[in-house]
Amino acid sequence: MIGEHSSKQYDHELETIRSKVLLMGGIVETQFLEAMNCFRIGNHERADKVIADDHEVNQLELALDDACSHLIVRRQPTANDLRTVMATIKVITDLERIGDEASKIARTSKGLHARGIAGLNHYEMVRTISTATSDMLHDALDAFARLDGKQALQLIAQDAVVDHEFKSIMRNLITFMMEDPRTISSALDTLWVAKAIERIGDHAKNIAEYVIYVVEGKDIRHTKPAGLAVDQPEA
Amino acid sequence: MSPMQNAVPAPAPKNKTIEITNLNFFYGKTQSLTNVNMDIHEKQVTAFIGPSGCGKSTLLRTLNRMYDLYPGQRAEGQIMYRGRNILDPGQDVNMLRAKVGMVFQKPTPFPMSVYENIAFGVRLYEDLSKGEMDERVEWALKKAAIWGEVKDKLNKSGLSLSGGQQQRLCIARCVAVKPDVLLLDEPTSALDPISTAKVEELISELKQDYTITIVTHNMQQAARCSDYTAYMYLGELVEFGETDQIFMNPARKETQDYITGRFG
Repeated sequence: MIGEHSSKQYDHELETIRSKVLLMGGIVETQFLEAMNCFRIGNHERADKVIADDHEVNQLELALDDACSHLIVRRQPTANDLRTVMATIKVITDLERIGDEASKIARTSKGLHARGIAGLNHYEMVRTISTATSDMLHDALDAFARLDGKQALQLIAQDAVVDHEFKSIMRNLITFMMEDPRTISSALDTLWVAKAIERIGDHAKNIAEYVIYVVEGKDIRHTKPAGLAVDQPEA
Repeated sequence: MSPMQNAVPAPAPKNKTIEITNLNFFYGKTQSLTNVNMDIHEKQVTAFIGPSGCGKSTLLRTLNRMYDLYPGQRAEGQIMYRGRNILDPGQDVNMLRAKVGMVFQKPTPFPMSVYENIAFGVRLYEDLSKGEMDERVEWALKKAAIWGEVKDKLNKSGLSLSGGQQQRLCIARCVAVKPDVLLLDEPTSALDPISTAKVEELISELKQDYTITIVTHNMQQAARCSDYTAYMYLGELVEFGETDQIFMNPARKETQDYITGRFG
C-alpha cells in the first residue's frame, strides 16, 4: 500500500486492515510456538491458552472479512489495492487454519502427556520439521508485512523440504510402531502433530503466493516452482 | 484471482478502424495534445480516461474533425481512417461525420418530432421513399433500444422524452446514417443510474456492429464497458492497453495512481 490516496479515510481503512492482519499473524505464530513447547514439555495451562487464543483469531477473521467487504463496496478498489484486498481475504483464511492446526497440536500434547510417554522421543522426531515450519511462517508474515516478492519466492521452495521431511517422519514412526506396539499410541499422536506442522507449512506457502500476487500481479498458485522469477516493481 | 497471464492464449489481433499517429493539437498557441499514437480497434469499445483537462475530449473531437467548427483550433499529424488521413484539407467532413458519429454529454435532440430527429440526418445522405424511411427510423430506434418506448409517439417532440430516452434518441440518430464509428463524450454523466445502466447495456450490444470510443469520468464505467482503455494526462497518452490489464495490473505507476485514487 505505497503512496497516499486522495481520500485519507481510504488510507486509514487500508491501514486498519493491514494492522489487523499482522496482529492475527502474530497471534497464530505465537500459538504455534507455544503449542510446540507444550508438545515438548507438556504444560496443561499453556496448552489451554493456545486453544483459547483461537477465539481471538476467529474474531479477527470475521472482523477482517467484514472490513474487506466494506472497503470493496465503498471504494471499488482497483489494481494493487484490489489485489491487496483479495490477497487479504485469502491470507486470513490461511491464518485462521494455522491457528486451528496449532490448537490441534496443543490438544494432542495434552492427551499425550496425560497418558505418559511410552518409549518414544516424540519431540525429537518433529524438532527439525517444527523449526523449518516456524521459520517459514515467520518469513511469510514478514514478506506480507514488507510486500517482499523475493523473500516470498524463496520460502515457496522451502515447502517442498517440509513435505519431504514429513514423509520421512511418517516412515520412521511406522517403523517404531511395527517394532514395538506399545509405542503406537504416542507414535500416532506424534504423527498427527507432524501432519499439523506440515499443514502449517502449506498455509505459509499459500501466504507467500498471495504476496507475489499483490506485488507482481501474477497468480502463481498451482504452478511448479521451477522457472518462477519475480521482479520487484520500482518504488 | 485472475488466471495466470501466460496460461491464457493471446487474443487474435483485431483490425484497426482508426490509426492515430503523431497527433498534436493546438488551441491557438496552447498545445493540448502531444504526440498521441493509438489504434482504435474494430468493433471494440475504447475508453479514454484521465483527470480534467488531460485532452481526452479534445482527442475524441479530432476523430470527426469537430474542432473545425472553431477558429484557432488545429490538428497536426495523421489519423488514418478507411485508407485516408482525415486531417487532410481535402477530406469531406460531412461524410466523415456521418461515418464517425458523435453523442454528447448533454442529450441534444433536435426540436422536432422523434421521427424527424432520425429522418433529418438520413435525408442529407440518402434519397429514401416514405416506406424505406419508416423502416430506417424503426430500425434505428430498435438499434438504440428505444423503439418500444416511442413507437406510439413518433410525432411527439424529441424534447418531451426523459433524459435517458433523449440520449438513446441521439444514439439512434447517429446509428440511422449507418456509421462505422460512434464517439461518445461522457454519454451518461447527465443521466440517473437506471438510464446509465440502459445506455451501458446498449453500448455492449452496439459494439457487435460498430466501433465505439467513449470518454468517461467514471472509472468503473470504463472498467465495465470497454475492451481497451487509454489513460491520458496533460495531453499525453500515458498508457494504452486492454481494459482488464489496465485495471488489474497497469504497467505505469502513473496509471495505477490515477485509477486507485492516489492522484494529486
